[in-house]
This record gives sequence, structure tokens and C-alpha cells, in this order.
Amino acid sequence: MVVENTHSLKHSPRKGGHSALMFLGLFLLTAVIMATGMGFLTITPWEVIEVVWARISGTPLNPAMNPSFPFVVMEVRLPRILAAALVGGGLAMAGAVFQSILLNPLADPYTLGVSSGAAFGASLALVLGIFGITIPAFFSVPLFAFIGAMTTLAAVFFLAAPDGRLSSNTLILSGVIVAAILSAGIGFIKYLADEQVGVIIFWLMGSFVGRTWSDVLLLAAFTLPCLLVMLYFARDLNVLALGGRMADSLGVNSRQVKKTLLFSASLLTAICVSVSGIIGFVGLIIPHLLRLLLGPDNRLLIPACFFGGGILLLTADTITRAWLPTELPIGVLTSLIGGPFFCLIFRRRQLGQRV
Amino acid sequence: MSASPPPPRLSPHSPQLFAMSCGCFAYHAGSGGNVLHHIDLHITPGQMYGLIGPNGSGKSTLLDLLTATRFLQRGQLLFQGRAINDVSKKELATRIALVPQQFATGFDFTVAELVLMGRYPHIPRFQSPTSHDYDLLEAAMRAMQIDHLSHRLLSDLSGGEKQRVVVARALAQDTEVLVLDEATASLDIHHTIEIMRVVRNLVSSQGRTVIAAIHDLNLAAAFCDQIIVLKEGRVYRVGTVVETLTPQLLADVFSVQAQVQGGSHGHSLRIHYSL
Repeated sequence: MVVENTHSLKHSPRKGGHSALMFLGLFLLTAVIMATGMGFLTITPWEVIEVVWARISGTPLNPAMNPSFPFVVMEVRLPRILAAALVGGGLAMAGAVFQSILLNPLADPYTLGVSSGAAFGASLALVLGIFGITIPAFFSVPLFAFIGAMTTLAAVFFLAAPDGRLSSNTLILSGVIVAAILSAGIGFIKYLADEQVGVIIFWLMGSFVGRTWSDVLLLAAFTLPCLLVMLYFARDLNVLALGGRMADSLGVNSRQVKKTLLFSASLLTAICVSVSGIIGFVGLIIPHLLRLLLGPDNRLLIPACFFGGGILLLTADTITRAWLPTELPIGVLTSLIGGPFFCLIFRRRQLGQRV
Repeated sequence: MSASPPPPRLSPHSPQLFAMSCGCFAYHAGSGGNVLHHIDLHITPGQMYGLIGPNGSGKSTLLDLLTATRFLQRGQLLFQGRAINDVSKKELATRIALVPQQFATGFDFTVAELVLMGRYPHIPRFQSPTSHDYDLLEAAMRAMQIDHLSHRLLSDLSGGEKQRVVVARALAQDTEVLVLDEATASLDIHHTIEIMRVVRNLVSSQGRTVIAAIHDLNLAAAFCDQIIVLKEGRVYRVGTVVETLTPQLLADVFSVQAQVQGGSHGHSLRIHYSL
């Protein structure tokens, strides 16, 4: 009998995961620099780097440069671009985690109703004015969206709690129930809002217009810790793909790991939604696509999703900002492109082909 | 049983691997519908146990208790002399492996990736597998005759191949105790016998302990040292194959008329059902 070379087992056909990660990271960095140069005023990538470097190191700028460049780069474009990248990365990571926990490659960060909760909160904040309560919208909308999202999550957990293993079906069903109630609530708020309904609709479609450094800091403050938590549990998440009973027998406390990861993924989703509004399909397509390319190992998939989601949303935002004649809400753009793409994947799955 | 190296680790006070006394478990606490009632059971190391009983007699639940994926509501379960609740999940995973009846995953891991998951309890987080891990991986895959499939995706495999992957994963886990929950139910007779042989060999030549829920009584008779008979959530009888698999017991527990042949020379007992 021929003894198989042990080394052949170490090298799965999906080797080169780390170089893929490096590539995605560099791609994202390049995309950030390129995108910052694009727009009404065209700035070369080297000038972008010069401006950023000057700001970081505190050295004076080349006096020959257009004096409005530093302001455009540092105060207008970069915060918006970084916010888009962080939201994209956050949603894609959250999507990967939701898909793995719910054992459903077609789940997304909004499957548990988190987006409906955020939308309800944001709508509520926008109509408060009608009742004579005035809180500045730039502050109240994200806050209410966040509270709405987290309350929804608590309700979903409460509904699912009697199921000792938090099984996928229980969670999805709980999410659907809560989301249905909230949708009715949003409808009611829109009815109350009367003429102001346009503001709500616009918010629900998502946008990065006018995002500031404080948004970027808020996003970074949640995204990076969540990334670390997800990386810590990534191996357990792989085992969870075999089902709760198998995971338990492999020494993974499936209930606790599920709870921790669902909480961090939902928290991340809530922060993203409260900053940007509801942006669909990034959290569905990026994990799905990268899983096809890199395999289902979450230790690789989750960081790859962070970079991949960032690249996608940053590109989409740059298209609406710099290319299209009028700024289309980004949620509309991602859904218009993402929807048909998703149909394609779905159809090919139905036909039994692996995409 | 034949003395065999290496001897399983035992607590100084108890020769029992598992000792359950007066164990009760119900899925809906307080509803009164106990699935398991007052179970007293002792599992001695180095033997192969067959767990038999009609559908709904509590076999899977009992195995869940032994693998600590569920816990007794009343009574006590000791594993190597310690209350099983006090042993960490991580440690248990290095001592007890489970092969379920079926498993499904929506994600396309390769065969080697999945079998390697059996090594997770032994590999610290963020560390790569050592060559020892790869040796065990390779041995497990060879034992299950799936080494030629190592880079194939799970979705490409037949049901029987998938089940052999799951058994290989449990073998790679390299534990003193192996629990099989109707692990061969979906396999053809060739691979059923092959898996039972491999598992039997773990008991006979390495002194490990196997507890297997088995529907096919002839299969249980052919490979097991001891038979645990469950009926309606109670232990009906525990004993050797010859002691337990009698026409009387088969009539009482399974409500079937059967003749039993042989059995006086070890493992050659055969059951013939009157159809």
C-alpha cells in the first residue's frame, strides 16, 4: 500500500490564504487613496499621500499645491471614504458570522431583524419633531437607530431563549416575527410623519454624505474590537458549522459562543446602520463570494470580509459621489447591483452548479 | 477482556469510566414526561457496549448525557470518579468523541479540513497543527478508506462517504471513549462492517471504550461485549450478548418474535425474526 505523503495534507487546494489577505488589504489601501483623489476636484494619488503624510507628521506642505486640497482631502473626502470602508467591512464581517451561525449561506446582517429595529428607531427620531420634541437629528437619529437595533436583538434573544441550543431555525423565526411587527410600526410612523415621510425614506436608503471624523472614530471603535472577538472565536465558528451537538462534543460551548458572536455581529450591524442607514447586500454577497474563493474557514474568511466589504462599499460610494451626475442613495445602488447578482447565485445553486 | 496497552486512565477510587446513579432527565422540566427515569448504569473501561432499545426509548438522550451535551436533572453522573459537570468541556473533548447518525453542513469544507477539526480540542487556539496532528489525521483517514478523498469538498461526497468522514473526524480526536449514535445507520453493509471492525479494534487492541447505539441487533451481537437494553426510558437489562439477547427479552422490549441461535462461543449469536 502506498503511504500518502503527510505533507500533501497540509497543503489544501486552498493554500495561499494569507497572501489573499495581504492582497485584499493592499487593494483596500490603494482604493482608499485613489477614491480620495476622485471627484469634482481631481487630486493625484501622490498628492493625497503628501497631504495625509503632512498632516500626520506635521511637516509643511509643498507650497505649489492647490491650497484647497488639504481641506478637500482631510475634511471632506477622507472621513466619508473611511466611513464607507468601515461600514462595508463591518457589514461583511457581520454577514459572515450570521451565515456561519445560522448555518445558512444566504443569511445577512439583517436576518435577525436588526435593520428593522434600527429603521424603526431612526424613523421615530425623525418624527419626534411632530410631537414637539426637538433633538438635533444628527445626534438623535444614530442614537435611536442604535437603541432600536439593540432592543430588537434583545427581543429576538428573549423569544429564542427557551431553545437551549439557540438553533438556527428558532433564531431566524424569532427574527422574522420581530421584524414583521417593526415593519408595521415603521408604516405607522410614516403615516404619522405625513409630509416629512421623505426624510425617513431617504434615511432608510442609506448614505455617506457629510460623514465626519467622529463617525469614523465611532465606527473604528466598534469595528476593530468586534473583528478581534470574531477572530478569537473563528475556529469555534468552524466547528459550529457541524451543528451544536458536534460542536459541544468538540469542546466548544456552542450556546455561549453563539451568543457572544451574535451579540458582536449585531452590535456591529447596529453601529453601521446608525451611521449610514440601511445598506443591503454587502453583508450577503461579500461573505458568500469570498467563501467561494477562499473556502469556508472563518479564520481566513472573517478578515477577508473586512477588507472585501470595505472595497465594495467604498467603490459603490465613489461611483455615486464622483461618477454619477446626481448622488444616488448608496443603499439603492448596492441593492440594484447586488440584487441581480444574488439572483444569479441563487439560480445557479438551484441548478446544482457550484459557483 | 484481553489485557492490552495502553490502559485507560482511571481515578484511584473507581474502576468505573461512567457511573450514573438514579439519573433522571426530561426535555421539558416540570412537565412530568421524563425521558429517562432513575437510570443506574456503570460503564467499565476497555469494553464495547451496545446500546439497544426501541425508537424513543431514550438512547440518544442517554448518549447526550454521557457526552455532556445535556445534563441530568436529578441523580448523579460520574466520569472517571468526578461529577461530569465539573469536568471542563475542553477536557471532555480530549477524552470523549461523538459520531452522530447524520450531520449536515451548509459550508463546503474539504474532507481533510473536516477531519482535522477532530484535532481542535488538542491544538491551542491560534496555533498550527503539529506533525503529530497530521499523523493522526492521516491514520484516521486511512482507517476509514477516505485518504484518496482528502481534498474533495464535502458536497461532492455520497452519504456513505460523508459518514466515513465523520467517523474519521472522531478517530482523529484520539479519545479514550468513543460514542457512536447509530453511526452506521446510513451505510452499506460493507462499510458498516468496516467501521465496526475499526472501532472494535480500538477496544480490543488499545483498551479504549466504545458505547454505540445500534439498531441492528445482529450487528450489536457480532461486535459488542456488553449490551445495555433501554425500554421506555429505563435500563431494562445490562449484560453480555448471550445474557441479554434472548427471545424473551426481544419479545418484551421490541415486541418481536425471534429465535436466537448460537451464542455459546462468543460472538456468533444470530437472531432470526419470525416475520
